[in-house]
This record gives sequence, structure tokens and C-alpha cells, in this order.
Amino acid sequence: MDDVFKALADASRRSLLDRLHARNGQTLNELCDGLAMTRQAVTKHLAVLEAANLVTTIRHGREKLHYLNPVPIHQIGERWIRKFERGRLAALSELKRQLEKRDE
Amino acid sequence: MSKPEFVYVTYIETTPEKLWQALTDGDLTERYWFGHRIASDWKVGSPFRFTHPQRPSPAGKVLISDPPKKLAYSWIGCTEETRDEQTSRVTFDIEPRGRVVKLTVTHDDLDERGKTLRGISEGWPMVLASLKSLLETGRPLPAAIKEELAHG
Repeated sequence: MDDVFKALADASRRSLLDRLHARNGQTLNELCDGLAMTRQAVTKHLAVLEAANLVTTIRHGREKLHYLNPVPIHQIGERWIRKFERGRLAALSELKRQLEKRDE
Repeated sequence: MSKPEFVYVTYIETTPEKLWQALTDGDLTERYWFGHRIASDWKVGSPFRFTHPQRPSPAGKVLISDPPKKLAYSWIGCTEETRDEQTSRVTFDIEPRGRVVKLTVTHDDLDERGKTLRGISEGWPMVLASLKSLLETGRPLPAAIKEELAHG
């Protein structure tokens, strides 16, 4: 679990996870595209994310594809969130989202 | 072959045999898979189906059955909304890694416009987290237990 928190405690790594959330199964080149990070930096961040099991890679033909793996995040959530809190938390998240949208 | 839509991985302190049993035994799936019981003879080409006392359940056909290493089945949508979507495919790869077992779940051939896609992206992480908890501690995670609290 320490690995997961350490991996998430970095804005660049979270942005890589966001990119995979938006589009799953990307190559290194696709992930680097449009990012203000060197290829080496992205490779390094992906290695940290993979070690924490937040990113999974598979070989697809000649390509190596990266997938967001939310299972460890789910385990963290389950540890402190009980069944009946889930609905209330979802309602709060939605409220926050709606209110912040109006300010845009 | 198109690339898979989802690849989920979890490492579980168990044996490949116990993990295989957890994936194929209805008494066990009922405990960690939102109360859905799975049933099949697990021969290639045989049907399998989930059943649930209150809710519609997915079904399909066994595509690969290589215990305790690899299991794959086709997945046919279970609700009114997903029934017309194309059949997708779920593959479980079980690999021992020292003291733990690596479980990789791949779900492909999903209908991109369909509701299954959205349901799955929320469902699998919960099912896998609960499966891990059941095998490691003997207890599934609260959110994935059938609604015993709602009934009691």
C-alpha cells in the first residue's frame, strides 16, 4: 500500500493515470505525445506506476500497451469507506462537481 | 485483432488451484461477486451462467479451460439495456509469482457504445478487490457482499 501512495504523490504520475483513464491501452509514444516531459521521465514514472500495480502493460503484436489498473485504488477506498457511506460520498462528489462547474 | 479495452491485475496470497476454484465455484463467487453464483461444467464449448435471486446475471460459453492457468469465456449482457450488445470476451490468466499469484483479467470485444463498457469499468475493480480479500482473509469486501444488510 505504501507503493501506491508514493506513486500517487506526484502530479506528473497522476497526469499519466488521467491520460490512461481518458484512453486506455496506449503506447509509450502515445503517452509522451503533447506532454511537457522527456521520454526518459515518462519511462521512469511509468516504471514507478507499474511497480505499484497502478499501470499494467501487455504485449500486443509489436507494441507494448499501458493500461490503468484501478484495483489497488479500489482496495484503499474499501479499507476506509463502508457500504452505506458510498452513496453519501458519491452525492457529495457530484455536488462539488456541479457547483464547481458553474464557476467555470 | 483489436487491442483489449481493459486489463486488470491483482496479486493475491494464495495458490493457483484455490484461485481457479474461486473463479469457477458458485458457493465462492456468491460471496465476493455481488451475490452472483456461477455454474458450468467448465468444458470448452459448454455454457456457463451466473444466477442471482433478485437480479439479472450474465451468461456465456466456455472458450478456454486450462486449470489452474487460464480460463476464458464469452460474456453476454444480462440486463434489458445490454442484451443487444455484441458478445464480449473475458480471459483470466493465473501465474504463480513466488509467494503470491498474479491474476490478470482481460475484457475485450466490448461494444464501444454499449452500457456493458461502463458497468465493467466500475465492476471489475470491485470484484477483484473483493476476491483478493476473500482468499487472503476469508472475508469478502463489504460492498461486494449480497445485500444481506438491506434485507435484514
